[in-house]
Amino acid sequence: MSTAAPGAEFTVVFEDVHLAFERNQVLRGISFRLERGETKILLGIAGSGKSTILKLALGLLKPDQGRITVLGEPVSAMREEDLFDLRRRVGIVFQESALFDSLTVRDNVAYRLREEKVPEHEIEEKVREALRFVELEHTLDKVPSELSGGMRRRVGIARAIISRPEVLLYDSPTGGLDPITSTRIIELVVKQRDVQKTSALLVTHRLQDAFMMASHYFDVHSNAMLPVTCGSGIDTHTSFLLMRDGKIIFDGSAPELGQSTDEYIREYFS
Amino acid sequence: MELLSPIEIVKSNVSAVQDYWLLAMRSLSNLWRKPRYLADFLIQADSIGVGSLPIVVLTGFFTGAVLALQSSATLAKFGSLALTGQLVSLSMVRELGPVLTSLMVTGRNSSGMASELGSMKVTEQIDAMRALGTDPTKKLVTPRVVATVIMMFFLTIISNLVGLTGGWVVSRVMLGLDSNQYWSQAYQNLHAEDVTMGLVKPVIFGFIIATIGCYYGLSTKGGTQGVGRSTTQAVVAASVIILVLDFFVTRAIMLWFGSAI
Ligand SMILES: Nc1ncnc2c1ncn2[C@@H]1O[C@H](COP(=O)(O)OP(=O)(O)O)[C@@H](O)[C@H]1O
Ligand SMILES: [Mg+2]
Repeated sequence: MSTAAPGAEFTVVFEDVHLAFERNQVLRGISFRLERGETKILLGIAGSGKSTILKLALGLLKPDQGRITVLGEPVSAMREEDLFDLRRRVGIVFQESALFDSLTVRDNVAYRLREEKVPEHEIEEKVREALRFVELEHTLDKVPSELSGGMRRRVGIARAIISRPEVLLYDSPTGGLDPITSTRIIELVVKQRDVQKTSALLVTHRLQDAFMMASHYFDVHSNAMLPVTCGSGIDTHTSFLLMRDGKIIFDGSAPELGQSTDEYIREYFS
Repeated sequence: MELLSPIEIVKSNVSAVQDYWLLAMRSLSNLWRKPRYLADFLIQADSIGVGSLPIVVLTGFFTGAVLALQSSATLAKFGSLALTGQLVSLSMVRELGPVLTSLMVTGRNSSGMASELGSMKVTEQIDAMRALGTDPTKKLVTPRVVATVIMMFFLTIISNLVGLTGGWVVSRVMLGLDSNQYWSQAYQNLHAEDVTMGLVKPVIFGFIIATIGCYYGLSTKGGTQGVGRSTTQAVVAASVIILVLDFFVTRAIMLWFGSAI
């Protein structure tokens, strides 16, 4: 497991993070904590800075102000060279998949293991396992341009989970997909959450996805996603973050969200 | 397009030069740091070296040929047509071989690098690479820089040889000069200074070609349109820098050998 640094019960911590792109002040004091095993769903209108938050968590961008800690490491204060080791413990699924378009699906998924010089036979086995997880084993030798949007997204998930990261960052994994494909992807995310217990930050603007994640769990026996019934005592460890004007205006669970009296929140969820 | 104040324009240019410089230095310091990407180096070496060979041979040959042709008129006036070999060899080795080869490779590879890395940038593949724990300067930039420098060295030598051959064909066929005379003139008048100049320039120019191409690629913004813009800018910037630098490198080597006036 991780080198237990103080505060290691939190996997991602943002403290008063500010960021501007030239004159566009995108984040104005973002603070939240992601517990180990918890999933936080990041909501907000387009351009509110959701993708930016995920990139900040990986150190792909640097904040102007504030502190970001991931798996006990001070990401915002680290040099690029020192970040590569930490990034190997975090998986990310990009909004547009960002698959390497000159590599086959196999090589895309295997990318991280090759970089870590894992023996080739072990790679093959793990690649197949990861692709089986996303039900795309038959696409091994295809290149990304031969896949549909939904398939690319699933390859992106396979690439992110192959090294069993401790934290997963999903950027709009269902964006631009039809409802059936979206549900399949949400099922994968829920499966990863409930089987591997990975902490996750997930960006979405589809509310139905968010609520489905909070209200469903993955049942290993039936290999399906099932709704949580009242009194079953199952905790989906899923909560919501709502962004507005560069700030987080809501951070809590689904029931708390239902009780909110804030007008913007009520309007956003209606 | 937003209107920027002159101060902001200066600021953004200064910071671009600074970023370029950091990337260029990084591409070199990576040579001492693991991991090294040998396979990527070989692919680039093949694409730059083998891929550029036909155009370098073609342009080299005709440059040498036209040099012989042009100089013959002037030399004949002074009754020293026999010096054609010397003139072609000095011009090719000191100046035209390195410069024309680098301009050809700029057109082919600086633009190729800018557009390839630029597309990767705008489709977030560069970010994905960083997110997967790979340093793009190590995997993408250093192999291209090393491959370009090494290949430019050999391509320039080839260009010089082919250029001399072009000059010889013209001298022999059109000017009726003696072959032995041409080649001994060409060979005997090459001194350490000329050879040094001919071999130092391609190395420096190769470094410029690759680092400029990679810099514009990695700093691409704004979708497909941005990729096109980066590609053009890379070719223009690399060509201009090479021609300007050529003057200063020539001057520096002349001073070094004490032949400057
Ligand atoms: N690399 C960048 N350069 C300049 N502006 C950017 C960059 N990335 C994002 N932005 C701007 O930051 C804002 C937030 O972007 P983003 O985080 O992608 O929003 P979201 O994912 O919530 O839709 C947008 O206004 C966008 O234009
Ligand atoms: Mg986004």
